Amino acid sequence: MRRISYCDALNEAMAQEMERDPTVFVYGIGVPDHKKIFGTTAGLLERFGPERCLDTPLAEDTMTGFGLGAAVRGLRPIHIHIRVDFLLLAMNQLVNMVSTFTYGTNGRAKVPMVIRAVVGRGWGQGYQHSKSLHSFFAHIPGLKVVLPTTPRDAKGLLTAAIRDDAPVVCIEHRWLYWAEDDVPQEPFAIPIGEGQVLRRGKDVTVVATSWMNVEALRAAQILARHGIELEIVDPRTISPFDESLVLESLAKTGRLVVADNDWVSCGFGAEVVARAAERAHAALKAPVRRIGFQFTPCPTVRALENEFYPNARTIVDTVCDMLGRAPIDTSGEDFYSHERRFKGPF
Amino acid sequence: MRDQVAELARTDLALARRIYELLFLVRRAEDYIIKHYHEDEMKTPMHMSMGQEAIPVGVCAALGEKADIYSSYRSHAPFLAKTSDVEGFFAELYGRAEGVGGGKGGSMHLANIDRGHMCSTAIVASGIPVAVGTAFANMRLGTGRMTATFFGDGAVDEGNFWESLNAACVMRIPLLFVCEDNGLAVHTGKRQRHGYRSIAEVVRGFDCIVAEDSSNDAQRIHDIAAGAIARCRAERRPAFLLFECYRYLEHVGINPDFDAGYRDKRDYEAYLAKDCIALQRRRLLAGGATDAEIKALEGAIDQRVRAAVERAKQAALPEAGQLFHGIFHETD
Ligand SMILES: Cc1ncc(C[n+]2csc(CCOP(=O)(O)OP(=O)(O)O)c2C)c(N)n1
Repeated sequence: MRRISYCDALNEAMAQEMERDPTVFVYGIGVPDHKKIFGTTAGLLERFGPERCLDTPLAEDTMTGFGLGAAVRGLRPIHIHIRVDFLLLAMNQLVNMVSTFTYGTNGRAKVPMVIRAVVGRGWGQGYQHSKSLHSFFAHIPGLKVVLPTTPRDAKGLLTAAIRDDAPVVCIEHRWLYWAEDDVPQEPFAIPIGEGQVLRRGKDVTVVATSWMNVEALRAAQILARHGIELEIVDPRTISPFDESLVLESLAKTGRLVVADNDWVSCGFGAEVVARAAERAHAALKAPVRRIGFQFTPCPTVRALENEFYPNARTIVDTVCDMLGRAPIDTSGEDFYSHERRFKGPF
Repeated sequence: MRDQVAELARTDLALARRIYELLFLVRRAEDYIIKHYHEDEMKTPMHMSMGQEAIPVGVCAALGEKADIYSSYRSHAPFLAKTSDVEGFFAELYGRAEGVGGGKGGSMHLANIDRGHMCSTAIVASGIPVAVGTAFANMRLGTGRMTATFFGDGAVDEGNFWESLNAACVMRIPLLFVCEDNGLAVHTGKRQRHGYRSIAEVVRGFDCIVAEDSSNDAQRIHDIAAGAIARCRAERRPAFLLFECYRYLEHVGINPDFDAGYRDKRDYEAYLAKDCIALQRRRLLAGGATDAEIKALEGAIDQRVRAAVERAKQAALPEAGQLFHGIFHETD
């Protein structure tokens, strides 16, 4: 198996699906320009031409409806937004039109469209270039929502999304783009709706989304040295959300922490703990914990941003507290800082 | 030569008759809605097309079967003019399982994608972008299907309209933007909403075909639409068609509302003089059809609409489990 980056995995998924199916096309603001959406659309214009890799006017809502109209008459559009924040302008089409179209035909119409949107962070992204808001989209029946964490998931889930006859929102964290991993060369799909256990452990279940899996894995390394074993569950798809992996894990650990890459209030973490309370109440040995962004707009300056975002240290502290253990001195730990790599501007 | 003229007259009369049938179908269907609405079995907000039928009928007659259209909640005329599916229509208004949307849509959400009425939307202007995408797909896949989107002068206030017009122009997509300009958004006139003198004047600044007409004559509208369709295809550009019309009834519901004070009944009376159904009936008579022939045609349509209502009344409601059917594509 060869190792490729998350970014290249997304690119490969689109290229292979465009090769396999001539109805697949990709579009959005800046999609064919020389920056190539951080490289994820590299080579598509050259290989498939301007008919299948197209730039658009700055009109997120309308161009979302455009994708819907193309999808219901036989094309398979992939609409890309370099920030989730821009996708918010498309909420009308997404929530009023895209998510309901099939229902309005009583199941007859297919809506095979994919919406990719990137979550920004750091180096001054600030409060209008850093949102994830995946729970917004997951709140709506008729939309599927995936958040790939690993490069393998990026390729497999995006491929599945392109092949799906329903609208799928794919939320991608900018900092994951450099992650490298073994990724099969041949096309493959990871079923939408299946989570995965990223690490086995017996003491505490951590359900993490997107980038927070990276933080959870780092926290697990530290905690392991102190005799505490985390089990990390990455749902990967939050709608439809299959909670069975979480429930299985809780049967073993009895302790639940949700580390969500979003605000806590009314967020996906609330959904996870509610399902645990509904279906695994007897297994819970301690009150559940939720970790996420501080409930403020995202600040721009690093000093405040460090307070805003949770990280591995937050998870370590939360787990120790939950287990009634003395805090672990993490001052000597090297917390991997992506700012060393990410120098902006986007 | 004489044969050719006779042939032309025959085809013209055939077209005029087809247009009249569609006009009469829409009007009669709404007559039956008015007749039965008080029974409170059709529990769905009706935005009546009455008075405005000439536009969807004329345009749909020009589009033919191989076309896709989108409409607003004022959907009755576009839906029936495009699909003639009066049975699926009434079953849907009655919320029956055999309705076009299985009872999920009602009057504001009529869809029969097999016959090219893709959807109607209760969010002003929101079907317009979707039509642009369908027109793009029809162009890209070479389906030979033309696409049209119907909306009111209120929708022109929305960003979705301008963004869609811009996108269709810049992407060179053949598509008819059809504005049914009744001058009102609910009860608010254009003057309170439009910071420009004329919609058409502004749209002329875009790279598209523009036509305007205020005749309320379905056949004339048909001819304008047919010309625009040919040009759209030849020039690979969209067309914007602005048709003036008059809404006979209240914004939503089945009653006149001239006592409400926001419009003048004399405008209505002036429009009645050019009522599109009466006008087309006169044309048929002038073209050589006999009154008896027309009455026979009207009687047959009336029978069909009445039967559709009766059938819908008897039809079964959706079963409870149907709530979950069709959130995503299903093969039945
Ligand atoms: C986005 C949105 N805003 C407001 C409304 C409420 N509303 C329903 S119809 C209407 C007026 C629309 O007027 P127009 O587009 O001219 O269509 P008409 O009713 O005349 O056919 C309004 C404001 C709505 N349905 N959707």
